[in-house]
Amino acid sequence: MTTNTTSNVAADGTRQTAGIRGTSVVLQNLNRTFGSTRALDGLSIEIAPGELVALLGPSGCGKTTALRILAGFETADTGSVLVDGKDISSVPAAKRDMGMVFQGYSLFPNMSALDNVAFGLRMRKVAAGGRRKRASDLLDMVGLAAQARQYAHQLSGGQQQRVALARALAIEPRVLLLDEPLSALDAKVRLQLREQIRTLQQRLGTTTLFVTHDQEEALSMADRVGVMQQGKLEQIAAPDELYTDPATAFVAEFVGVMNRIPGELQAGGRVSALGSTVPVRGQSPEETPVDVLVRPEGLTMQVVENGNGIVTTRTFLGSVTRVGVQLSGDVAVQVDKPSSEAAALAPGASVSVSLPAQPVLVAPRQTP
Amino acid sequence: MAAITGARRRREPLPVWRWVVLILAAVFFLLPLIVALRFAGLKAFGSVVSQSGFTSSLGLSVRLAVITTVITIALMLPTTVYVHLRLPGLRRLLEGITILPIVIPPVVLIVGVLQIAPGSLKSTSYLLALEYVVLAMPFAYRAIDAGLRALDLKTIVEASSSLGASWSSTLLRVLLPNLTTALLSAVVLTVALVLGEYTMASLALYQTFPVWIYVNSQTSGQVSVAASLLSLFVTWLFLMAITMAGTRRSRKTGGGSVTLFTVARQETRGN
Repeated sequence: MTTNTTSNVAADGTRQTAGIRGTSVVLQNLNRTFGSTRALDGLSIEIAPGELVALLGPSGCGKTTALRILAGFETADTGSVLVDGKDISSVPAAKRDMGMVFQGYSLFPNMSALDNVAFGLRMRKVAAGGRRKRASDLLDMVGLAAQARQYAHQLSGGQQQRVALARALAIEPRVLLLDEPLSALDAKVRLQLREQIRTLQQRLGTTTLFVTHDQEEALSMADRVGVMQQGKLEQIAAPDELYTDPATAFVAEFVGVMNRIPGELQAGGRVSALGSTVPVRGQSPEETPVDVLVRPEGLTMQVVENGNGIVTTRTFLGSVTRVGVQLSGDVAVQVDKPSSEAAALAPGASVSVSLPAQPVLVAPRQTP
Repeated sequence: MAAITGARRRREPLPVWRWVVLILAAVFFLLPLIVALRFAGLKAFGSVVSQSGFTSSLGLSVRLAVITTVITIALMLPTTVYVHLRLPGLRRLLEGITILPIVIPPVVLIVGVLQIAPGSLKSTSYLLALEYVVLAMPFAYRAIDAGLRALDLKTIVEASSSLGASWSSTLLRVLLPNLTTALLSAVVLTVALVLGEYTMASLALYQTFPVWIYVNSQTSGQVSVAASLLSLFVTWLFLMAITMAGTRRSRKTGGGSVTLFTVARQETRGN
């Protein structure tokens, strides 16, 4: 977006936020079963006023169900939904004051972009002049003032989602719900829109729940990311914490790239692998065959004669280069090196890969 | 003209068989009309209007068309929307049920109904209208179904309610305007059906326009042929008007043109 638009947002944003800042959301012990599938299994999340929380997980993990229960499109079997401390479980979707942006294109085809944005205000009986003014302001905010008179079929996918965002924000929602709004768009548009959503959300201070299966999206946009698996929340934490300090093996492997190296549990909460013994971080599992989990940047590597591995691939990623190494025992790992040091690591080079001295995460060994 | 034809011929030469089919079809459809026109003569058209029973029978047919259309839409629109939204599993069943009136001969339908219909209903035009609703159901259902399929119904309904719209607002302000093309298709088909139906009307002893034409043909051949041509022309004009109105409206919102069973949505322009 142009700088011009951003400054408009700032001016507008501060003016409009006064009333909406400060909605808290609590999902309490939500359970939901569809037939024999447990979509939600005791899910609890607290979202602070003005916070953007992303729910991240593979498809079928229950994240969309959680969002739809908050929106009022699904009901939980048990558990409650509190908005500003009040249980809204029995409030119908139309009365919840939640703006939602959908994965599919959801603009009303019979209305222009402007009328789409004004629709929620019309339902709230805002006078024609007032709603047109506000709708134009919002279209301006998402950089689509020139497209106000166009219909959905005349807009690109990215433009349609921006109109949908403006439409959701027009009603000054207490909570903004984003249901994979970017997944139908191509990579470049997705990146732009990601930034735009985040900027707008921060300016308006709207409490936001964002559902996605794209970890990059979640990590780059959210204040906190909740990783879900099989209806349960595995961990909810700030993006950097999630990456550096994952609570479970699932989180560790779902977020970012993770190496699995066979290790052996030792007495005193230690584990040995790659010829060294280091402390186990957190609870060490009972089962003995374990894998040590280390990120590519966590492993150290030297070029040596007759080392424990052979370089197989080398991928330039900018400031770092990711090197694929085949270790003895048919274990493949990836190691990040500063690109300036990667020149010697041509495929075929013999290297020695070792564990860092810090405590490492271990997980029961996966049988391939 | 010649230049255009020449250009087209260079680009894609029309095979001979295509012309043969076109000419055969034209002869098949147009020859009877031309012959009928010559037989009736232009004078007959003038006397059609003054024939006894013309106005009343045409009036009855138009009234039946209106009543049938209203009942059919009022019945089929909410049903089809509901099935699409809440009971998608029943769509196949509904499709099967709605095909029955085509499979069952009209004679069977009307004879059965006449046996059991209460006398009070038999004396009004509503009995026939109700029968026509049954006959129109397959066409109306398919037209509306095609229209709903072209919409992302679930998302649109949820978007509307998340913006604070009640069910009635969603139906009136969001769904109905987006289904105009489909509804017009349903109306076109229903009206055409009612204006042309003969079997049921004659067996139930109503003098609708088609029945009147037949009865009249016994006394004055020329006038009755003129009346048929007139009815054909009036029906055609009526359908053209509905179709054009629908297409113009939907072009603005990208809804595609009114065709009888397909309401194709226009593609979105890339990303």
